Formats: sequence, C-alpha cells, structure tokens
Amino acid sequence: MSRQLRYFEALREAQAQLLATDPHTYLIGLGVPGPTGIFGTTKGLQEEFGAHRVFDMPSSENAMTGVALGTAVMGKRPIIVHMRVDFAVLSMEPLVNQAAKWHYMYGGKLKAPLTVRMIIGRGWGQGPQHSQSLQAWFGHVPGLKVVMPTTPHDAKGMLIAASRDDAPVIVLEHRWLYNIAGPVPEEPYEVPLDKAAIVRPGRDVTLAATSYMTLESLKAADMLAGLGISAEVVDLRSVSPIDIATLVQSVGRTRHFIVSDTGQESYGVGAEVLAAVSEKAFGSLAAAPIRIGLPHIPTPTTPALADLYYPLARDIARAALKTLGSNRALPPDDSDPRKWKDVPDPSFTGPY
Amino acid sequence: MYRQMLRIRLVEERIGVLYAEQEMRCPTHLCIGQEAPPAGISAHLRRDDLVFSGHRSHGHYLAKGGDLKGMLAELYGRETGCAAGKGGSQHLIDLDCGFMGSAPILASTISVGVGAAWAARMDGRDQVVVVYFGDGATEEGTFHEALNFAGTFKLAVVFVCENNLYSVHSALDIRQPNRPIHSLAAAHGMIGLHGDGNDADVVWRLGGEAVARARAGEGPSIVELATYRWREHCGPNGDLELKYRSDAEFAEWQGRDPVRIYRDRLVGEGLLTAAADATMTAEIETEMADAVSFAKESPFPAPEALARFVYPS
Repeated sequence: MSRQLRYFEALREAQAQLLATDPHTYLIGLGVPGPTGIFGTTKGLQEEFGAHRVFDMPSSENAMTGVALGTAVMGKRPIIVHMRVDFAVLSMEPLVNQAAKWHYMYGGKLKAPLTVRMIIGRGWGQGPQHSQSLQAWFGHVPGLKVVMPTTPHDAKGMLIAASRDDAPVIVLEHRWLYNIAGPVPEEPYEVPLDKAAIVRPGRDVTLAATSYMTLESLKAADMLAGLGISAEVVDLRSVSPIDIATLVQSVGRTRHFIVSDTGQESYGVGAEVLAAVSEKAFGSLAAAPIRIGLPHIPTPTTPALADLYYPLARDIARAALKTLGSNRALPPDDSDPRKWKDVPDPSFTGPY
Repeated sequence: MYRQMLRIRLVEERIGVLYAEQEMRCPTHLCIGQEAPPAGISAHLRRDDLVFSGHRSHGHYLAKGGDLKGMLAELYGRETGCAAGKGGSQHLIDLDCGFMGSAPILASTISVGVGAAWAARMDGRDQVVVVYFGDGATEEGTFHEALNFAGTFKLAVVFVCENNLYSVHSALDIRQPNRPIHSLAAAHGMIGLHGDGNDADVVWRLGGEAVARARAGEGPSIVELATYRWREHCGPNGDLELKYRSDAEFAEWQGRDPVRIYRDRLVGEGLLTAAADATMTAEIETEMADAVSFAKESPFPAPEALARFVYPS
C-alpha cells in the first residue's frame, strides 16, 4: 500500500521540500513558526530551515502582502499563510490592485510569484468572521490563479505547483479536510493548477464540486447508487481557471449537472460553473442544472442554526434526483446520529 | 541637481502643452513645483538602488534615470512605452535604472518597496530603496504597517514624504491632527527628518543623511519635504477657480519656485552662467523634441497585445 499522509501533513511536506529545493522560497505568516504551526502545516519548519527562511510576522496582513510582493518582484518565492480566509480580507488591496496586475500593467517586465495559503474554517461556532469561503472574490480578478485542493495528494502537488508558478496563486484549504488521509508520494511533484479531476466515474448525472463539497458529493453518489443511479463526481480543484473542457465532456456523457461549492450560492463559483456549462454544453443538458452552495446569509455561530446553514450530501442527492426527473425518495437518514453536525468527525474537539 | 530640476520642469511643462491635443489619453499628475525632492534625493543614489513611487511620479522616474522616450511613449499609449502601453502615466517603470514601478492607490507601493529592501537584505546586497509618497498616503493603514515592519527589521529604506498640503482637493489640516508627519517616525523606531522641499540644497542634505544611514545598515528614515503642487491634481491646467486653496497661498508658494531659487543661487555663487543655462535648456529641448517624435511615431499595440501578460508564460 502506498504511503498515506493526512492533508495537513501533505501541506507540511510540500513546504519542507520547497524550502529544501529552492533557496528563494520562504514562508511567512502570523503563527507560522509558533507552537501549533498553523494546524500542524508549518510545525517545526523554522527549526529545520532556520529563522531566515521561516518567519512570523506582524499582524499587518495588508502591508505584509505588499512586502511579500516586493520580495517576489526581486526574485523571491514567498508563501504567505492566513489561518482564516477572513484575515486575508485585510490584504485585498495588495492582492487585487497590485500582485494580480504587476505583470500586466508593467508590460510583462515584472513577475509576482507569490503563493497565499488561506484556510476556510467551518464548525464549532466559527461563525460570521472565521468561516468565509471567498474563492469567488479571488476568481473574479484577472492575474490571480485560485485553487482548492481536496485530497492530500493534490494538496501537496498543487502547493508545490503554486509556489513554482510565476503568477500569484491563492490556495484555499478547507479545515475539514485537514485530518483526512490519502496516498501521497514522497518525492516532490506538481499537480496542474488548471485541471479538474474525475474522482468517481458515472453515467447518469455529473456532480461537480469544490474542495470539501467533493466529499459530500461522493457521499451523495453513494446514496444515489443505492437507488440505481450512477453519478460521476468531478473535483474542480481549480476555480480560476475553471476546467470547463472536463465539465463539458462529463455532461456530454451524463446529460445532467449539479455543482456544489463551499461558498455562497449567489455570485459564486457555482454560478460561474453553471453559466459556463449552460453556454458550452446547453445541447447536452436534458434538464435544468442545479447549483448548491451557502444561502445569502452570514454564517451563524450556534450549531442549532449552523447545521441548517451548510448543505449536506442529502441535499446534493436530492438535487440530482430533481434534475433527473426522478420521484424516487432517499432512504431515511439514520447514518449520522450525532446531535450536532458541526465537526467533520468525532476526532475534532473544540476549540479548534 | 539643477539640470535634473530644469529637465523635470521642462518635460512637465511640455506634457502640459501636448496634453491639450487629447492624444495622451491617461490620467496624468504633473509635478511642477515639486522638482527639488527627486533631484536632491536621487543625487545620492546608485544606479542599482531602487525607487518606488505613487501617482505623481514623473520627476522620480526621470531623476533616477528613467528613459524619457519610454515615458512619453507610455503616456501616448504606444507599444514602445516603458510598460508597453498597459500602464500609462500612473504605472511608469524602468528596471535598467532601478525605477521599480509606480501605482496610484495611495501608499500601495510603500510596502512593496519595503519588501524589495527586505529581499536585498536576504541576498546580502547593500541596495537602498527610496519610496516616494504624499501627505495623503500617511493616512493609510498600510503606511504604518509597512513602517512598523521596516523599523522592526531596520531595513534600508528612505521614506520620502512630499507634503504638498492637499490630497486631491482636501486640505491637510482637516485630515490629520496638528502634529508633523515626520514625528510619526518615532512611533515606528526610525528617525524623522524634515525641511524645505523647495530648496534643493536642503533636500540634498537630508537625503544624504537618510541614504547614508540606510546604506550603513542603521535603519530606515522618514524625510518629510514641504512642497507645493502648482497645477491641478490631475491634468495640465491650473485650478485656482475651484477655490479649495487661496490665491494668496498659491502666490506665496510660486514665490518659492524651486527651479528659480536654485538657479539664482548657482548664478550668485558663480557656478552657473546665463550661457550655460541657455545651453542646458537647449539640450533638454532637443532631447524632448526627439522623445516626443519617437513617441508619436511609435505604433500602438496590436490587438493581440490585449491579452498578453495577464499571466507570465
């Protein structure tokens, strides 16, 4: 059996190998060298590579992103880490106005090869300002690349590819993926930043998804299989660019399409994917496609409301039945007897 | 320094005249009246030192050695422009002379300049980075964040604040408390220098001190230079009719013309003759005429240039 690593371990290994192989790479973020090391992803790296390669930083997300850009145009390859996407909101100016445009607006004379890791929180009351999933904001900006790896394999390969890419790349990591294990090769490798992956082939309906919603889509595919429906699950992996070709080919086979995103449904990645599939594969679609995402509501903190807020596999399966025109009913949901569904599995305990 | 100031003045005045032709189709912020800071600061910089700037950057670009043809072609939107026509007046760049870029979002290049200084430190180079900005930029949060970091790491940066009293049309005294901008230096662990930004000798003395400190690894400085913009915030014209500043204030600052002050001083000290001044002016006029011709005769970018450079290839 191939070596298994958990998601956070795969991220740590990617950074360790980048630091070991490229003297221009450095790592910076509030708490990066700290005792908990960004949920384990940077733990011990300063001890291993030195205080001249792995940095803590002032609580200045805005200027420090500009500082990282300044080092990047001078040939460095910074990796900036934000423990929550919500803090990265403070760095929108240097990301959107500056880093995204420095190659274009200076006529190709400069490159801005910085990588920004942002963690999407969820559960245990992360609430309005610790759980936002803002990939659509970044995807909207030309010049940025935006990826959302789902598996430990892709987490390592996409982070390495992001750091080696000459464009600024946003890497969004869902906190609920961190403890999931999967096969990860030991040597450094790259996973392309612009290709979706068919993670479960199927015939009847395409379930496309970003990040953690890929796992919910896989659960939905299991539910549908119980009804004799074969669902194809596509992990988008990249949200800018979106791999439309893979989606169009999949819909060409299944003729039915659902997309699930970890972010808001309106003005979101799901909306963009649905529009693109409708434009490029309208003739393949046998029924109206459906997007699934968060409602137009800030994240509530109490589990009593948060459990209503996040869509689950059953919602995806129901949407699939709807677009298939099926009146089959899903069996009663007795698989998860937990009172609250605000942690991905019982190994998660608060606070986190 | 006199030649630099005279060249900046003449170039800006020429742009002011040509702008009326409606062929320079980009926001353009002229620095007439503010020629002394770039001349006095750049006099201390090596070619491999780095400069970042904001929206009013023509003087900084030219004084650092930025190519005049590339600048004018950029204003005219030509493919030979220093940013291939993608940037315009607000995004000048000339890597050959260390002019690393300018951007109009207030304070946005300050942190980038600090980052460039940090990269120089990482690589063991003794480059000095100069970042120019105005009084308005000191009200942005990122200004303080960037200075905090530069002060913490004692980076080789000279923060040059050209205080011209107005952010667009909003006066300094309704935007900031009654304390000098250079006093903010202490809050960020650096020294604050200040002086008459219309006197090139004063600028030269302050710039020399700040650049020497940075070069010697003694840390960053703020150099606050009192100066004044003669034309409208953006564009080639005067703007006294807007009444946000008084005729008397304007007249007082015009009486402190940095180019004339320095010319008179050099003449008085016997260092400049009328003939030499005339020769210098003629040489600059010729250079400008060549650069304008070059720009106007250069082709516009081809349609296929539209999508080029969105991502590095």
